[in-house]
Amino acid sequence: MTDTWIILGATSAIARAFARTQAQSGCGLILCGRDFTDMEATAADARARGAAFVEVAAFDARQPETFAPILALTPGLSGMVNCAVFVGSMPEQGEMDADPALIEGCVTDSYTGPARFLTMLAPLMEQRGGGAIVGVGSVAGDRGRLGNYVYGSAKAGFATYLSGLRNRLARSGVHVMTVKPGPVDTAMTWGLPSMPFMTSPAGVVADILKGLKKQRNVIYTSGIWRIIMTVIRLVPEPIFKKMKI
Amino acid sequence: MRWNTDRPTTGWGRALRATSDVARPERAAQLDQALAPAVGNRRSYGDAALNDDGRVIDMTRLDRILSFDRATGEVEVEVGLTIGDLARVMAPQGWLPPVMPGTGFATIGGCIAMDVHGKNHHGAGSFGQHVTEITLIQASDRRRITPADTGIFAATVGGLGQTGIISRARLRLMPAKANIVTVTERRATGWDEHIALLDASQATYCVGWIDATATGHSLGRGILEEAETAAGLVPAPKASKKVPFDAPNFALSAPIVRAFNALYYRRVPEAGRTVVKPIQEFFFPLDRIHDWNRLYGKRGFHQFQCVVPVDQKDALREMLEAITRSGLASPLAVLKRMGPGRAGYMSFPMEGYTLAVDFPNRHAAVKLIERLEQMTVAAKGRLYLAKDSLATGDQIKAMYPDHALWADEAAKADPTGALQTDLTRRLDLRDMP
Ligand SMILES: Cc1cc2nc3c(=O)[nH]c(=O)nc-3n(C[C@H](O)[C@H](O)[C@H](O)COP(=O)(O)OP(=O)(O)OC[C@H]3O[C@@H](n4cnc5c(N)ncnc54)[C@H](O)[C@@H]3O)c2cc1C
Ligand SMILES: NC(=O)c1ccc[n+]([C@@H]2O[C@H](COP(=O)([O-])OP(=O)(O)OC[C@H]3O[C@@H](n4cnc5c(N)ncnc54)[C@H](OP(=O)(O)O)[C@@H]3O)[C@@H](O)[C@H]2O)c1
Repeated sequence: MTDTWIILGATSAIARAFARTQAQSGCGLILCGRDFTDMEATAADARARGAAFVEVAAFDARQPETFAPILALTPGLSGMVNCAVFVGSMPEQGEMDADPALIEGCVTDSYTGPARFLTMLAPLMEQRGGGAIVGVGSVAGDRGRLGNYVYGSAKAGFATYLSGLRNRLARSGVHVMTVKPGPVDTAMTWGLPSMPFMTSPAGVVADILKGLKKQRNVIYTSGIWRIIMTVIRLVPEPIFKKMKI
Repeated sequence: MRWNTDRPTTGWGRALRATSDVARPERAAQLDQALAPAVGNRRSYGDAALNDDGRVIDMTRLDRILSFDRATGEVEVEVGLTIGDLARVMAPQGWLPPVMPGTGFATIGGCIAMDVHGKNHHGAGSFGQHVTEITLIQASDRRRITPADTGIFAATVGGLGQTGIISRARLRLMPAKANIVTVTERRATGWDEHIALLDASQATYCVGWIDATATGHSLGRGILEEAETAAGLVPAPKASKKVPFDAPNFALSAPIVRAFNALYYRRVPEAGRTVVKPIQEFFFPLDRIHDWNRLYGKRGFHQFQCVVPVDQKDALREMLEAITRSGLASPLAVLKRMGPGRAGYMSFPMEGYTLAVDFPNRHAAVKLIERLEQMTVAAKGRLYLAKDSLATGDQIKAMYPDHALWADEAAKADPTGALQTDLTRRLDLRDMP
């Protein structure tokens, strides 16, 4: 029996670090994304590290016709099927202010695309009666802020979706975990002004693995962001609207 | 590629510093977008990985194993992969990197560009001798080179990154039933015995720790470590620790180092002993303490490492005498017998003895190191560019007889000097003689 992880957004640095740990523990991997050259390299790496098998599949959040072929890979699989979602995009808020048409893309990449995929996957997981879904949101989804509120609203939507999906799938033994990273040292943040309490892709993955083991529902990574966001959520709106954070 | 501007960076010794614009590509394809010196984890002590007021490309996110032939042990990797990660993945599958430097954080790119040596140099030679193909990115070219491409290959291995960005490499791993190492430790009571034990050793891995504070009859005393890899039950590796802040200046003062060294020496019983260690603990003993370079405080430190020919061991003894007299040495001092193996024009190794000692960055230590460098020149020895931060260009060129061949290849490969680093500028290495 081999457990399998479907990884959406396999080119993300966090996804690569995650794939590595699952390969090392002998799982099968289905790497999904847009950049095949990069995913083939990650696939080779996973094989060398001991993955039971690795498939590379096309996934574009903005092209839902890419979803079904991925699901078609699952019926023959022996163990549990799991899915981790790392897809997301964060166009600059200023760019979206100037060109509102960009909002749709951001929301599709960070919320509706992945949600649509997971909704198609859900019955298959219910049928198997187990497995886990890891959905990566963001602390940006906990409160709308001047600097990235479209991205934040997409992540908020995704988090609410995941909470409902958890409610639904818990009934059939499927665990859904929401992951809310603070700043992570990846391509998304490289070259931006320095940010407090930044963690690394490996740090996020360590927290994800710990969370999965303990069957946590919502995790913050690094953990201090749970406290920070609690405080930020408590700031009354009349004050918050004047703040620039 | 996005540039993180004005980033402060340092060599591992933290005595030399630079401010650079740094790109850290997450995808190999991005390497085609700009040409600048490539760096790994900056485990070089001096300025080899620094480019003040310029750009550098951090390779550490390009770190995948691209192919692995379980039957032959040949791997192709993206060179931001660390040697420690490669060892960790391969050891349980019966293979090990054929050469490993004393830190697992060195990237494969850094291992090639410095043609590093390990505790098995006398038998296995240098890292570059196990490299079968390199993918090089140059200004207008992406090319694959093999040892058959004599000039450019010898200029790239040990070539300080001056012939292009190394993006991939193919290497031959060494078969090893290896998840543990059996280490036999023996006391060497003084210089002559230490040298004799090193000479007589038949072990695959062999290195001597030297008490650089011991004087008189005890000069050169230390502990000889001989090791073989083996299969067995792995003792749990000890958890790693971190040095959270810069240590105060007295942390490595002479009395403390002397006391520490005496304890460290007596740790091994007079009759010697054999212990079993996880592989990373033997090969990368210092990696367990993250950021240990901060123990030397804000001013940082220097490592002096030279190699002298076999018939110059008396000169090496004189250097050790000068070091012990100074009372400046840290506990980290290593003596090793080197074989002749080297793969590049600017490779460090030569048949003989190599001595490496750390010194806090103080005026007196700098003066001492300058003297040791002159003694190295007189002994027809060589200084290691992965460690150096104080030598002069003339000294280095005199020590590396193939320097002109290297400079010629580097000029062809990088005609505009886009790959120059603080080290190549400090030593005028790219100047054609
Ligand atoms: C604790 C410790 C123990 C050590 N023990 C040993 C030892 O036993 N034997 C030994 O030989 N060395 C040893 N070293 C030195 C170390 O192995 C070398 O300095 C090595 O080069 C470090 O690798 P790096 O990835 O950090 O490279 P960096 O220090 O970042 O770079 C080193 C050089 O390689 C070049 N370079 C790096 N990547 C590339 C690339 N992709 N393409 C082109 N050029 C590149 C850089 O431009 C630079 O010139 C030790 C260092 C430490 C800190
Ligand atoms: N870095 C941070 O500080 C931070 C903080 C909080 C949350 N996060 C979240 O963590 C996740 C991973 O991000 P990262 O930091 O690793 O950055 P990243 O490398 O930019 O990752 C984003 C991933 O989403 C994929 N993607 C974007 N649009 C897509 C689309 N239309 N179809 C398919 N894939 C698409 C990208 O694929 P391509 O390679 O094809 O573009 C990439 O794999 C994201 O969800 C991000 O929002 C990051």
